[in-house]
Amino acid sequence: MRVGVIDYGVGNLGSVLRALDELRVTPILITRAVDMDSVDSLILPGVGSFADCAGRLAKDAWSQALRDQVLGGHRPLLGVCVGMQLLASCSLEGADKDSPGGVQGLGFVPGRVEHLRALGCTLRVPHVGWNEVVQRETKCDLLDGIPNGTDFYFVHSYAFVPDDPADLLATTDYGVSVAAAVGRGRIWGTQFHPEKSSRAGLRLLRNFIEGPVC
Amino acid sequence: MLKVRVIPTLLWKQFGLVKGVGFDSWRRVGTVLPAIKVYCQREVDELILVDIVAHKLNDDPDFESIGEFGRECCVPLTVGGGITRPEQVMRLLRSGADKVSVNTSAYAHPELVSEIAKRHGVQCVVASIDVRTDHTGSDWRCFSHAGRQATGRDVRDWARELEGRGAGEILITSIERDGTLQGYDLALVEAVVSAVKIPVIASGGAGTYQHMVDAVKQAGASAVAAASMFHFTEQTPAGAKAALAAASVPVRNPLQQCVGTGIGSLQRWH
Repeated sequence: MRVGVIDYGVGNLGSVLRALDELRVTPILITRAVDMDSVDSLILPGVGSFADCAGRLAKDAWSQALRDQVLGGHRPLLGVCVGMQLLASCSLEGADKDSPGGVQGLGFVPGRVEHLRALGCTLRVPHVGWNEVVQRETKCDLLDGIPNGTDFYFVHSYAFVPDDPADLLATTDYGVSVAAAVGRGRIWGTQFHPEKSSRAGLRLLRNFIEGPVC
Repeated sequence: MLKVRVIPTLLWKQFGLVKGVGFDSWRRVGTVLPAIKVYCQREVDELILVDIVAHKLNDDPDFESIGEFGRECCVPLTVGGGITRPEQVMRLLRSGADKVSVNTSAYAHPELVSEIAKRHGVQCVVASIDVRTDHTGSDWRCFSHAGRQATGRDVRDWARELEGRGAGEILITSIERDGTLQGYDLALVEAVVSAVKIPVIASGGAGTYQHMVDAVKQAGASAVAAASMFHFTEQTPAGAKAALAAASVPVRNPLQQCVGTGIGSLQRWH
């Protein structure tokens, strides 16, 4: 199992690599888009601002290569935190007068990314800490073996709103219902950080690496 | 529901872990790595690791040591000390940090906070503020350089400015309560909580579980940090969470959420 971690200049790479090590998987840091050919699955790590991350993906030919690899069905992809948000069609993080409609994402999972306040959240933002993840009724292999309501570690100010509710795998409650995990085909995203979410997070990463089907 | 976090703070000076009283009279309390291992084994909610002498060196943070610590840390890790430039943050995130904490540099260069937030997101920046009460006894002034330099800044104004510039959380420490085990300065925590809309971590003075309950229930803290209480008394983060739970504060109980990681079954691939 060769797991590629996309190194596009942002993200808590140390923690992601560490978690994969703990699963006895040798992670491969992918620093050039062409190197994606050599791995079985791909992780797009988080910790970044959407506009900056989207700009980096567009600039270094990552976007096109990811489209070829992932939409072509060759390799499963797991986006974490802002890595999940990048799967959306667009985000209002980083929207300005030049792009009032927001910044374009990869568009793998149709939907938009909005600030928690715009979604009606009146609690303190960012949403930081451990929160329960409620799974949808139809079971999904990505969350296999993880009890419904398990706490995962979140740290974010923006949230993914998928266009198609069928893409929503799990939610969490932070004053409003927030997308915690999305999935479409072999493309997955978690708003929380599985690499920092203790045993449940490691279990999710293992489920992903073993190739879930939904 | 979001859980209130109990966060052990690890203060690190050159080769060891230290703890003082009032940001002074530092005592060695062990080495960093074993402490991180123990806290990880116990699945604490989060850890804060601060290099308390890094600001003196005008140099980069000690990436090599932080990398060693990061490799052993399976819980969310905030790293602080000596961060003066946004480029350092990427290296820290590569070394195992999940968030960074800025303090001294932000006074002279508040744009540092905005630059880190722009690149790594607001949620990545924990703004740390160290304060002492002023001559009136009912207001607080901010201090930089591990509590040694007065900045003249009022804590509420400074907290609001940091929030406006893109801080994602405030770690508020009372220098006078630090290491005393006498309890958090609840009025201070409450003042900061009401000044900003981002989460506030109470720090400085925790000596009993009840102090933590008070910081959350009376002062509105989103998280509670402690060092001396865990170094020098029998009390533990798990005990703190049990006490918080008994006081109806939502906390995470990792032991009830026992999930196999399935490491065994993955090994067959190798």
